[in-house]
Amino acid sequence: MHATTTSRASKVSEPAAVRWLLISVALAFLALFLLLPLAAVFAQAFDKGWEAYLAALHEPDTLSAIWLTLLTATACVPVNLFFGIVAAWAIAKFSFPGKSLLITLIDLPFSVSPVVSGLIYVLIFGLQGWLGPWLQAHGIRIIFAVPGIVLATIFVTFPFVARELIPLMESQGRDEEEAALTLGASGLQTFFRVTFPNIKWGVLYGVILCNARAMGEFGAVSVVSGHVRGSTNTIPLQVEILYNEYSYAAAFAVASLLALLALVTLAIKTLAEWKIQQGLSINENER
Amino acid sequence: MTRRAIAVIFLALTALSPAGVFAKSELLNVSYDPTRELYQDFNKAFAKQWKQRTSQDLVVKQSHGGSGKQARAVIDGLDADVVTLALAYDIDEIYNKAKLIPRDWQKRLPGNSSPYTSTIVFLVRKGNPKKIRDWDDLVRPGVKVITPNPKTSGGARWNYLAAWAYALKQKGGSDAKAKEFVAKLYRNVPVLDSGARGSTTTFVQRGQGDVLVAWENEAFLAVNELGKDRFEIVVPSLSILAEPPVTLVDKVADRKGTRKLAEEYLKYLYSPEGQEIVARHFYRPYDKKVAAKYARQFPALRLVTIDDTFGGWAKAQKAHFSDGGAFDQIYGGARCLAEWGLIGLIGPIGPIGLM
Repeated sequence: MHATTTSRASKVSEPAAVRWLLISVALAFLALFLLLPLAAVFAQAFDKGWEAYLAALHEPDTLSAIWLTLLTATACVPVNLFFGIVAAWAIAKFSFPGKSLLITLIDLPFSVSPVVSGLIYVLIFGLQGWLGPWLQAHGIRIIFAVPGIVLATIFVTFPFVARELIPLMESQGRDEEEAALTLGASGLQTFFRVTFPNIKWGVLYGVILCNARAMGEFGAVSVVSGHVRGSTNTIPLQVEILYNEYSYAAAFAVASLLALLALVTLAIKTLAEWKIQQGLSINENER
Repeated sequence: MTRRAIAVIFLALTALSPAGVFAKSELLNVSYDPTRELYQDFNKAFAKQWKQRTSQDLVVKQSHGGSGKQARAVIDGLDADVVTLALAYDIDEIYNKAKLIPRDWQKRLPGNSSPYTSTIVFLVRKGNPKKIRDWDDLVRPGVKVITPNPKTSGGARWNYLAAWAYALKQKGGSDAKAKEFVAKLYRNVPVLDSGARGSTTTFVQRGQGDVLVAWENEAFLAVNELGKDRFEIVVPSLSILAEPPVTLVDKVADRKGTRKLAEEYLKYLYSPEGQEIVARHFYRPYDKKVAAKYARQFPALRLVTIDDTFGGWAKAQKAHFSDGGAFDQIYGGARCLAEWGLIGLIGPIGPIGLM
């Protein structure tokens, strides 16, 4: 599909002036709305020098926020990776009743406001909610503690891997899997030897997006966190707290971590996208 | 590879829970927005003297936000040993909705359980370009007023009631006239933040508005933190005596076995050392001696009380801030969907949408 678009583009093209105009408008837009704010974050972060920057990151509450964010992402990404691959495999390679309903359900977290995503858990696990009193009687803490933050983050980030893989796997079709099966491979063998090598860059792309959102999520986590310093604040919440306490340099120092994460995400994403396109055009050529 | 990943997760988990390993005592103080700096200092002082007295290590954790929002979190199960909120009504709600404290909680500590008081003043930009002297100037056309949302913020409710009391105490003042006055004032409010600190940053950092209606302590803090050359405080002719009360959350403290510690913590707020810290953070101390020492710091002005002017918090809350109350009528349906109002509406629908 990609190959046809390129060939059409080279045959029917705009005059050079129009192309350059469009490109420079796009670049100016990017510079104004992406690069400038990004540069501002780093400028503010280093406002008081390297030492202040490092000191801000060494502050115990900030360290705990970094730990909690890493822990949340470490818990979320594998869960969503597993779920995403399973769901994408089921949807792309098999047909079954209720398939479109499943796709809609996977997209749900995209359409629900993160605040509501958080409140769902308050309604279920809160002391006035359905399970709250029972949980408290058994000494289990979900909401206003790490489990609640992890749950809310899983909910918000679960479409990423599946959404990335479904179109990719659908475009690849199921010929290769069918061939493997007829040659006597088991289901798992087919997955690990045939399906997975084809989708590995798509998986990476999904994981990286999922991870970025898991670390950056504010709304849903804010509702279930309880904002206890040094225990239930993630990096984005810590940024808000520092900002509200007039520690602007520290707030931006912590924010710069998220900005760095965004840059790394962008780099890996570009690489993965490139590899996916390469894989697809090889497939295309083979046919 | 997978084994290493598991090891990393395990390490992360153990590193996260040092408190569990060394069995330190821990206390959680759930407070309102502008007390961040106050309790940071106070907690350090209390932990120090607790260590001297009992040689026990103590960590006091803090959580801050709009007073109503914080009360809601405690009702929903945030494990606060003590709450130190902006007004009595929010603590009343912890009794009404969750029964975590006795009904007469406010009689347990001196001064209506308020170890410090404050009042509502104005913060304006240097040189007072809009010539704001008193409440009347806030309803002038073209003056932009910054104040938080009374539905979520305790400070915002004090702001609102102070304006109402001012209009009421004018010559020929009546409830109808006061309502008109406050309605006019809110027409000058471009944005409602959810907490007092949010409003302060809107005013000082983002440069919105001509005047910030704020806690006295919050105004002093903004001036001291961000420079006397940028802002000045204007004291109106009349304001309200704001009493931010504190209490032990009995059911939580008993479950966690921290009752004694939590009671000592609150008692220390009333001690001379505690009162000194309070005064240094521009809260008006309860203790007469400390109050006298810091008298110069606080401007003298006519203060009305919630009990005399509004018949207590329960009544004021019902008449002004409940759904369909005076504030809703004033601020209009569409615009007051801010934060919790909106969430209250969508909250119950969310799970239904899921099904």
